[in-house]
Amino acid sequence: MKIEQKDIEYIAYLSRIELSENEKETFIHQLSDILSYIETLNRLNTETVEPLSCAINTTNVFREDMLEPSTPLKDALLNAPASQSVFFKVPKVIE
Amino acid sequence: MRLFENTAFQIKEKILSREICPVELTEHFIERIKNIDPHVQSFLSIHEAEALKKAAQIQKKIENAEDVGFLAGIPIAIKDNICTKGLHTTCASKILKNFIPPYDAFVIKRLKERDAIILGKTNLDEFAMGSSTENSAYNITRNPWNLDYVPGGSSGGSAAAVAAGMSVMALGSDTGGSVRQPAALCGVVGVKPTYGRVSRFGLIAFGSSLDQIGTFTRDVKDAALLLQAIAGHDSYDSTSMPISVPDYLSEIDAGVCGLRIGIPKEYFAAGLNEDVQNALKSALSMYEQFGAKVIDISLPHTEYAVAVYYIVANAEASSNLARYDGVRYGYRTSKSNGIVDMYCRTRSEGFGNEVKRRIMLGNYALSSGYYDAYYLKASKVRNLIKKDFDLAFQNIDCIVCPTSPVPGFKIGERAKNPLEMYLSDIYTIPANLAGIPGISLPCGFSKEGLPIGMQILGKHFEEKKLLQIAYAFERETDFHGKKPILKFSSAQRG
Amino acid sequence: MEYEVVIGLETHAELATVTKLFCGCSTRFGSEPNTQVCPVCLGMPGVLPVMNRKAFEYALKSAIALNCKICEFTNFDRKSYYYPDLPKNYQISQNYHNLGIDGYMDISVQGRGNRVRIHNVHLEEEAGKLIHPEEAGADYSLVDFNRAGIPLLEIVSYPDMRNVTEVESYMQTLRKILLYTEVSDCKMQEGSLRFEASISLRKKGADTLGNRVEIKNLNSMKSVLKAIDYEAKRQANSLDRGEPIDRETRLWDEVNEKSARMRSKEEAQDYRYFPEPDLLPVVIGGKWIDAVKMTMPELPLARKQRFMEVFKLSDYDTGQLVEEKILADFFEDCIKIVDRPKAFCNWITNDLLREVNERKLDIHHLPVRPKQMAALVEIIEKGTISSTIAKEVFSEMIQTGKDPQAIIEEKKLAQISDEGLIEALIVKIISGNPAVIEDYKKGKKNALTFLVGLVMKETKGKANPKMVNELLQKKIDV
Ligand SMILES: [Mg+2]
Ligand SMILES: [Zn+2]
Repeated sequence: MKIEQKDIEYIAYLSRIELSENEKETFIHQLSDILSYIETLNRLNTETVEPLSCAINTTNVFREDMLEPSTPLKDALLNAPASQSVFFKVPKVIE
Repeated sequence: MRLFENTAFQIKEKILSREICPVELTEHFIERIKNIDPHVQSFLSIHEAEALKKAAQIQKKIENAEDVGFLAGIPIAIKDNICTKGLHTTCASKILKNFIPPYDAFVIKRLKERDAIILGKTNLDEFAMGSSTENSAYNITRNPWNLDYVPGGSSGGSAAAVAAGMSVMALGSDTGGSVRQPAALCGVVGVKPTYGRVSRFGLIAFGSSLDQIGTFTRDVKDAALLLQAIAGHDSYDSTSMPISVPDYLSEIDAGVCGLRIGIPKEYFAAGLNEDVQNALKSALSMYEQFGAKVIDISLPHTEYAVAVYYIVANAEASSNLARYDGVRYGYRTSKSNGIVDMYCRTRSEGFGNEVKRRIMLGNYALSSGYYDAYYLKASKVRNLIKKDFDLAFQNIDCIVCPTSPVPGFKIGERAKNPLEMYLSDIYTIPANLAGIPGISLPCGFSKEGLPIGMQILGKHFEEKKLLQIAYAFERETDFHGKKPILKFSSAQRG
Repeated sequence: MEYEVVIGLETHAELATVTKLFCGCSTRFGSEPNTQVCPVCLGMPGVLPVMNRKAFEYALKSAIALNCKICEFTNFDRKSYYYPDLPKNYQISQNYHNLGIDGYMDISVQGRGNRVRIHNVHLEEEAGKLIHPEEAGADYSLVDFNRAGIPLLEIVSYPDMRNVTEVESYMQTLRKILLYTEVSDCKMQEGSLRFEASISLRKKGADTLGNRVEIKNLNSMKSVLKAIDYEAKRQANSLDRGEPIDRETRLWDEVNEKSARMRSKEEAQDYRYFPEPDLLPVVIGGKWIDAVKMTMPELPLARKQRFMEVFKLSDYDTGQLVEEKILADFFEDCIKIVDRPKAFCNWITNDLLREVNERKLDIHHLPVRPKQMAALVEIIEKGTISSTIAKEVFSEMIQTGKDPQAIIEEKKLAQISDEGLIEALIVKIISGNPAVIEDYKKGKKNALTFLVGLVMKETKGKANPKMVNELLQKKIDV
């Protein structure tokens, strides 16, 4: 699979990563190499195989609807790069 | 024997017999870190004050003949992707440079309850993505056996710290071999437990369906001791299994007589280093001498494991790492034009190249129109790989194979080619895909004097048997007893 | 050109659990911002979700109430998109194995039954809240994560509605079902019930669907209806002019009653759904479904039909009774004490509702108990008070919460049925109004009514009217 300029730009946008032209060039090569390696999977016919997304066989794990202490406000905001009074602060969001 | 070369069991005895006291011991290791680590670069942070405070508490308890935890006073180092309340946890990434978790990981709580002394946090490939510990935003960790070589990765800092005598034990995390491979390259014992055996709560996620916290120790008995401390159910991790934990030490010397050991032909194929192959061969003949039966087996889908892994792990990673956006914690770019620009700059400036590559690969595999061809396909082949193991384990007790195809590689040697680096994990990845436990222990040395690791894989939740099998080899050999002779030159400083 | 409007609705309802979907933080509304948060719902590094059993059961109950096929092996998926109110930048939701699929809900439009099919019902987590400062030129927004992680039920209908009347009935019926099953408080003003509409137009009689436009930011049922009206007209105008309809998402502007493009199909989000590895699948066996069915209350439509059949009440009356579960429950509690369905129905749908509205009372905290309501009806039947007095007593009951008997005694409102007393009064009135008597004798029949009125006035309405009538007639005719 050959990755193209528009593909790398689309994936970079999905990933919220900004790339320089040079970086785009490098990543196009590297991702194309990796993807062609991954295409070895196509040698296998998996039509009748179920996908496996968890290696252990368990189901139905729940917690009960019981209150637990929340984090104090000052601790919640402790790591915030920007905050204002009781809020996290971000650049203006236009809907 | 010098104090820093002691095992946890030896230290435990000395503490309880009051031959040494925890405060002295802690001071000794901190001193050792200060002397050695500028050359090895294992640690990202040292918790000197906290460690000494805890040591003093334990000392007091011992003096008052109060009960202490079974890891009382034993120094331990923690990979810096495991959250420690109030203390920096960076994942070796710029994006988490100033991050201070408001909570302790499950395993950290357990270690504190058992009275272990946490010395500090160790280096890793950024977000555990790598096999050499070269991808850290902070330092390049070096292999104590030869400082020109990588210690393996991603838990290279933890492996090197134990190998260099800067800590008695350490915790790491293993998503595709990140405990076992550096353990092999640094000549220590590394255990990756069954998926679901140890809680992941507080382990900063890379590939959630593959991640598992593992142990680094100087020998197999110490591994059993440390695993005993951290294994068990945690209601804050849905994937942690609510089943009891056996006593890992009670029958550790049971031997291997009558056990059936499977040798997968795919793990001894082209590309395997000759020294590694020879070391494994002689190890296997020893097992036969001990009364085990060695059986040839096949795991036919092995060659697909790396491809499956790089889709599954990176798809999960692309989503796990979406939260580093500069809103609630971590790094935020200094100037930006609107929210989307803030995200893009923050992430571009905060993540290293390997992390960016994997996030993009993962997002590609999940994006509209490609999900079936990549993610779904990989999940199906993952099932075939797991079924290979299920089938094989019907006839055998364990699998023995190399941990890494090579004894080691030099710093910078594989950094240019990501794909080549990915193939370092070819023998360790299948266990993560199948969720089975694995252990790596020293089984020889290469011509250059680098340690070689033997990997033993077992059925789900059969860590106890794996430890028995490993111990049977260890008690008859002395590879684990060899220590690196640290040679520093000024060029390797700092 | 005549067009047919094709409408589908997507509904989000916050579930009435005490704690959030994946952590133990409170779901209480109106607390100080960022005080109901923890590492889990802030999406801190290293945290993991654990599913709230009650939330899951509420979702299951809703799916059953909406006649869905229940997915035997359901699991959760991550839906990825960047937004500052979404802590992990993915929402844990369901995509590949929705909890319930292929259900339906029967609605009634002007007395006629109508079925709207339900595409799916699933469980997901709520996002936080963005606050946009009012100050001019503010270049920032603020985030409150108290709401982040509250369990949210999503109900997606098929595009089976054709006009706003049907849409209104759909919304009302769905709201009633969620309230009857007690899975959500459905408070629209607190955002716990929200709707999004998708609208397309096609020529009358055509069977292919036109391009669909989705409308967001609908804050009340009224705005849903207004936005649909607006959008149907907008699309019809475009089509009449020969302009194609773009597949797009539009935002409703409540103030100007207009919608504007938010994003086109080309800009559509790529959500990159994949199975959530931090949660395990949930297997829902037949036994579990049966157990939930056992706890299922009688739903509004069934209850209405039963009220009509068993109590012989009208379509209109029963409609009013079942509108609020609390009223229907009240009615049934009264019936259990005294078997007078018609009387209770009248009291509840007329007097009680009027008092509630006039006094702006919370219907969930009525000051009158069924026992008191029943007592009042019994007192009226016995003839202790007249129906006019009864209304006064009832009003007093609402105000004070006292028993009717106590009020009657306190205010001496009991009916006067003492023949001697009434006769004495009549004598006095006859002698005081000779002209009226004259009129009556000349054949003016309503002169009698006037005299009855005078007697009632004299007794402040407490005289037994039947007795007054009979005695008065007797006296004059003598
Ligand atoms: Mg949704
Ligand atoms: Zn929370």
